[in-house]
Amino acid sequence: MTTFITRRLAIGLVMLLALSVLVFILLRLAPGDPIDAYVNPTSPLSPEAMQALRERLGLDAPLPVQYFGWLRTAITGDLGYSIQRVGVPVLPLVMERIGPTLLLMAAGLIIAIVVGVAGGIISAVRRNSPTDIGFSVVAFIGISSPAFLTALLGLYFFSVQLRWAPSGGMLTPGMGFSMSDLLAHLILPACLLSIGHAALIMRYMRASLLEVLNQDYVRTARAKGVREFFVIVKHAVRNALLPVITLIGSTIGIAVGGAIFIESVFNWPGMGLLLVNAVETRDYPVIMGATLVIGACVIVVNLLTDITYAAVDPRIQVA
Amino acid sequence: MMPEPILDIQDLRTVFRIGGRDIAAVSDLELSIAPGETVALVGESGSGKSVTSLSVMGLLPKKVGRIASGTIRFRGKSGVTNDLAQMDGESLRRIRGNDIGMVFQEPMTSLNPVYTVGEQIAEPIRIHLGRSHKQAAEDAVKLLADVGIPDPARRARQYPHELSGGMRQRATIAMALACDPALLIADEPTTALDVTIQAQILELLAKVQAERGMAMLFVTHNLGVVAEIADRVAVMYAGRIVETGPVDQVFAHPRHPYTKGLLRSVPRLGEATALKRAGTPLPTIAGSVPSLANLPQGCSFAPRCPYAIDACAVAVPALVDAGEGQLSRCIRWQEL
Ligand SMILES: Nc1ncnc2c1ncn2[C@@H]1O[C@H](COP(=O)(O)OP(=O)(O)O)[C@@H](O)[C@H]1O
Ligand SMILES: [Mg+2]
Repeated sequence: MTTFITRRLAIGLVMLLALSVLVFILLRLAPGDPIDAYVNPTSPLSPEAMQALRERLGLDAPLPVQYFGWLRTAITGDLGYSIQRVGVPVLPLVMERIGPTLLLMAAGLIIAIVVGVAGGIISAVRRNSPTDIGFSVVAFIGISSPAFLTALLGLYFFSVQLRWAPSGGMLTPGMGFSMSDLLAHLILPACLLSIGHAALIMRYMRASLLEVLNQDYVRTARAKGVREFFVIVKHAVRNALLPVITLIGSTIGIAVGGAIFIESVFNWPGMGLLLVNAVETRDYPVIMGATLVIGACVIVVNLLTDITYAAVDPRIQVA
Repeated sequence: MMPEPILDIQDLRTVFRIGGRDIAAVSDLELSIAPGETVALVGESGSGKSVTSLSVMGLLPKKVGRIASGTIRFRGKSGVTNDLAQMDGESLRRIRGNDIGMVFQEPMTSLNPVYTVGEQIAEPIRIHLGRSHKQAAEDAVKLLADVGIPDPARRARQYPHELSGGMRQRATIAMALACDPALLIADEPTTALDVTIQAQILELLAKVQAERGMAMLFVTHNLGVVAEIADRVAVMYAGRIVETGPVDQVFAHPRHPYTKGLLRSVPRLGEATALKRAGTPLPTIAGSVPSLANLPQGCSFAPRCPYAIDACAVAVPALVDAGEGQLSRCIRWQEL
């Protein structure tokens, strides 16, 4: 088990390294640089002044030199300083944003899993019933609606029209921290974030459970006199969950994209908002730092799904 | 006089709804098993053996399959006789795994991969006998020992994939025996196994059957194993029983052309290798099993039957007494 985790973490490090190279190259391929973005259009800097700034920030050095310079300090845990917010170190900036993002993603994922798994079970057990057809239609709408549409429509209906939930932020400004306030702010973005995933998990769970219900061991359970409820929940669902766990693990990465979008719609003070701002201002160190931290989270979650999978399926030997 | 049967099936008709039409997979089925008796149900694949077993268990596929008519009178451990064909689902569930145990064909897929063998054997004990987790787990280990699994305590903690095919089949037998059923239904329990393992499982079933004085319905497509295990045999063809009787009697004097054909295609000990060496294939019954959806008029076997005459196509022959405890569904049984 420990060797498995160590090996996976080592692979994770290599992936992070590859990710940093990729992001670095992509950033430099995009037109413009931090200095262009930095410049206030109403009082333009002279080209010489801009060049001086670039030299001071090391942006004129050859790309490999720049990358390895960044990497050398990054390995020590120092992700450098923000270019746009002068003097602000990247690591604390990112760390302060990771909590809200993880909270939003975890809430969205839990809702997606609960709704998706429960819906999938009901659909499979009552296959071809009006309930199943209804769930399937809803799931197809959920899968095929673009996230920006559901996010904006959700915001419009539930916050603006119905006023069921606040329209943005994580806490009401000026009020002290309260759990209920946090939950009130969390519920709508988390639900909207979960839609696509809930729908996908529901379809997978339904298909997987239908297949498992045809297995011989389900018939064996019935032949033993197991109550139908336990035939489903104890004997079938645990087996049916296996492919769904894999699905959940592999959609975490996609969920990050959704979270970034939801964060900017709901003004959620997370990584997404930070990242969007950083991209707009070409704040290279912040973009690099934020991507790395997100990448690390995705890798850890994937590892956790694999461990869960091994825990659910005794045939998997993690060694 | 025979003792009161423990299982007595009369005029059973089980149908499947296919394309808006009811197709009978089992018709006019009569079968009875006395306490402590082993009856073999034999027939080619698709003849309705499993459908018969599942009808008794109340495990026909929901919505598709159902018992259209007939009675399945069964006397449980409590001594009360019920008609399983009329029982509601919950009452049947209490009988399954408790009064009737069932062993299936595929040991590789019949056990749940995510639970330990011990847990799966303990489950019916907890459900039906109300034992605690601890007691049931201990009982499971004893059962594993009873079915000849060495080191049963360790095996009970293992998962199905850690056991060989033969060992798994022993485990499913232990599971079926867990609540000391009055009747064991074994649906082709050796078909999926190697020949040497087959013999061991047969021996085990015969042993536990004798030890417990349990009745057994042994389903097989292989007439060869019938002589080793059964007291009586019922031969099935296209959903109907075409001949039944004591095993010795049926083997010595088959009273139906189908049984005769089946017997001829069963190699006697050593004969198969001798035939193979000589390059002659085993004789088989010409033609193939008719589709249940359009069975011929009259006797279903007539199109393949060397004894068929015009009269055979008139009506389905009744199961008639052919003496010596034998019944035959052939109008020419006396000429065989
Ligand atoms: N689930 C099902 N749906 C439709 N027809 C079925 C089903 N199960 C069995 N049948 C029909 O019943 C016939 C007998 O099947 P079965 O009892 O399984 O044969 P066997 O004697 O090989 O055990 C099959 O040929 C098929 O036509
Ligand atoms: Mg069968």
